[in-house]
Amino acid sequence: MTESQGGAPASPASPASPASPVDVAGPPAGPDAPGAAAPRPAPPPAARLSRLGEVPHLGLVAALALLAVVGLVTVPDAFASASNLVGILSLAATIGVITVGATFVIIGGGIDLSVGAVMALASVWATTLATQSYGPLVMIVCAVLVGAGAGLVNGLLIAYGRLVPFIATLAMLVAARGLAQRMSDRRTQLVQQGNQAIVDLSTTRVFGVPVLVYIFAVVVAAGWILLNRTTFGRRTYAVGGNPEAARLAGIDVRRHTMWLYALSGLCCGIAAVLIMARTTTGSSTHGDLYELDAIAAVIIGGTLLTGGRGSIVGSILGLLIFTVITNLFILNGLNTSDQLIAKGLIIVVAVLLQRRSLRSPT
Amino acid sequence: MSAVTPLLQMKGIVKRFPGVRALDGVDLEVLPGEVHCLLGQNGAGKSTLIKVLAGAHRPDEGVVTLGGEEVRPASPIDAIRLGISTIYQELDLVDGLTVAQNVFLGHEPSRLGFVGRSEAGRATRGLLTRLGHGEIRPGTEVGRLSPAAKQVVSMARALSRDTRLIVMDEPSAALAHDEVANLFRIIRELTAQGVAVIYISHRLEEIREIGDRVTVLKDGRTVAVGLPAKTTPTGEIVSLMTGRSVEHVFPPRPDPGSHEDRPEVLRVEDLAVPGVLAGVSFSVRAGEIVGLAGLVGSGRSEIIEAVYGARRFTGNVLLEGRPVGRGGTGRTVRLGMGLAPEERKSQALLLDQSVTRNISLAGLGRYSRLGWLDRRREAADARALVERLDVRPGDPDRPVKTLSGGNQQKVVLARWLLNERRLLLLDEPTRGVDVGARAELYAVIRELADSGIGVLLVSSEVPEVLGLADRVLVIREGTVIHQGDARDLDEHRVLDMIMEGGAL
Ligand SMILES: Nc1ncnc2c1ncn2[C@@H]1O[C@H](COP(=O)(O)OP(=O)(O)OP(=O)(O)O)[C@@H](O)[C@H]1O
Ligand SMILES: [Mg+2]
Repeated sequence: MTESQGGAPASPASPASPASPVDVAGPPAGPDAPGAAAPRPAPPPAARLSRLGEVPHLGLVAALALLAVVGLVTVPDAFASASNLVGILSLAATIGVITVGATFVIIGGGIDLSVGAVMALASVWATTLATQSYGPLVMIVCAVLVGAGAGLVNGLLIAYGRLVPFIATLAMLVAARGLAQRMSDRRTQLVQQGNQAIVDLSTTRVFGVPVLVYIFAVVVAAGWILLNRTTFGRRTYAVGGNPEAARLAGIDVRRHTMWLYALSGLCCGIAAVLIMARTTTGSSTHGDLYELDAIAAVIIGGTLLTGGRGSIVGSILGLLIFTVITNLFILNGLNTSDQLIAKGLIIVVAVLLQRRSLRSPT
Repeated sequence: MSAVTPLLQMKGIVKRFPGVRALDGVDLEVLPGEVHCLLGQNGAGKSTLIKVLAGAHRPDEGVVTLGGEEVRPASPIDAIRLGISTIYQELDLVDGLTVAQNVFLGHEPSRLGFVGRSEAGRATRGLLTRLGHGEIRPGTEVGRLSPAAKQVVSMARALSRDTRLIVMDEPSAALAHDEVANLFRIIRELTAQGVAVIYISHRLEEIREIGDRVTVLKDGRTVAVGLPAKTTPTGEIVSLMTGRSVEHVFPPRPDPGSHEDRPEVLRVEDLAVPGVLAGVSFSVRAGEIVGLAGLVGSGRSEIIEAVYGARRFTGNVLLEGRPVGRGGTGRTVRLGMGLAPEERKSQALLLDQSVTRNISLAGLGRYSRLGWLDRRREAADARALVERLDVRPGDPDRPVKTLSGGNQQKVVLARWLLNERRLLLLDEPTRGVDVGARAELYAVIRELADSGIGVLLVSSEVPEVLGLADRVLVIREGTVIHQGDARDLDEHRVLDMIMEGGAL
């Protein structure tokens, strides 16, 4: 296999334009008006009906609505209050940003276990005294670069070092946590007085909603656009759905894979900024088990773990379902162990339901 | 004939998919010990019908009787227990398992719950030898086998069970000439033992040779039952299938030698792949169709893959004078090559994705401005190509996996018609494509060549190479043993050459 870095496969603008590519006017020189006579199966009624079942994420929205009803019934005042809803969103923001990156990686046929650890490392690196001395902007840039850098290392190991994603990112998980502990001496590092601008991201409110929720929203929107409206997104589906076909269609599968992990790392860096804002600290213990929550959200959202299929909106809905459950358990004063059991059940149910809806059209 | 009770009867079978009636009241009757051929255009419902029989789909209406008793196979296992074995059109082997494991998947010979590995291996070797392929080792991982070898394994699997009825959905599509002969020998053995065979193929010569009776499907309905396979005139069969008459399949060729002053699009010098190819040199000129004839495994596909940058090689490959080098497929696509690979399902298609997205895959660059996709133009172009190639159903938003095999092949070709190419590499471009659509594809390929593109064509069907190509290279054991004008050759000469190497 000779495969490597060529530029993006663009259609070659050949000098002497050969076959007019999409030439509708010239029907193939078939003997008879080809196919015109044969009755085509009429799509309308049944097709439209089946489309109804395809309203995207209907099940997820219904589940979320159901949880809201449970909240309204069990703890009406506490649940529906503006501050609680804003709280849910702030809580979801950090993992939410990570989930966007994880969605890309998983649609691209991979997995990233290192997200929580990379976020922790980024938060520690950005809150060292040395970094902090340059001010909040540098802290943010530092966090994002550290995240993207760690992601790039993952990507290189997987795409060019041919490591299995599971192994490479597991190694990164362990190593990044270790490095974070070393850098911070296992101490929690406070965001200093002079760098309050970071913390302001969670305390400053616009229309009653903290800035970090807007950041979350922007990342989601950007992720959605990248996945659905750009060639990068298209290639992501292709690389995850059938890497061999993608390669033979001229897509540089390895390079694309590398960028997917870098993107995931970048999201972890942004998440590190959010967690510093929310907790006012950088710590090697941040983001413990975030990888599981992110992956669970992606799966609940209907993304295939084998790649090639999935959506950002689904992942975010999946995440919100998770966050609302946590919230309901806390508001109702229930045991956190039960909460974990409930989440486990939800993952199973969601996947079972999806399997059915996948099968039905066939 | 009327004295014999039919082994299988299917009556009024209806199967609906969202938006399509794939089967709309199909009848089929198969006698014990006969080879019953099923004919129909792409999308006529042949595969769907046999999937109903095999328990892979449940019919919405209709009755199936086997040996006089009504049966309703609810799952593939049910059907197997009833004595129905199926070789599917799209191979269904597990790549990660060995040949023997695949053959006995689901019915492993076991003792006290332990899989009898040596026994399975021995039985598999026996089956493969019977199929004339003793060289396939039972312990090999299936993923490493060539498509043709996979087909053989799939056949061994069908034979490994006790069956009364074997269904073969386009089994010959992946086979070369001599292997088809082998397949026919086995079919004759089976029918001599009273086993009935349902045989699906788009190649009428095969139907003539092996078939007893023919049932023709069109648009999900039976249009003719039990026609004699040997004597029914071709014209009649084709017009039953297509509803029109297909006059001549191959488009007219330009005069011999008319390409000589055209520029070379592709130049291959001393191409070698260790153990597979040695010293292959040839060129393709603008507007020329060059056909590669040879047995499966002779190195045809490897030549194409090397030229395309999908395989390491030594030697020189130049596209319009520029060396292809080691840039991989990204570079060759950018330079202006396109490949329609041999195995569409695993090498070409994103099955879950829509027709549109599959068509635009290699040409995303043309719709992107700074990475942003112009989806309106993408959709319009895809629609135009779907119409031009008469893909059915003609809905570009449909997931490719819901299309019939031949229509999937058209989608693969459409991908490269979208892009302006300098050189098209076509590996078995008409595999699984019906007679009518074939003529259309041939016309499209010729049209492309006439517009100045070079075409390199691989086909296991010698008549196709001879009828479509301007020049033919005969490949044997990794070397070119003959190059010459297609008009100077006939099928027998080519077959002699590829089998015995009786070159000039
Ligand atoms: N799972 C599915 N979902 C929706 N439509 C389907 C599905 N499978 C088949 N069809 C449709 O049913 C029709 C019959 O398809 P089928 O595969 O039986 O054709 P075929 O006769 O085997 O064609 P070919 O010669 O190309 O293999 C086609 O219109 C096809 O698009
Ligand atoms: Mg079929």
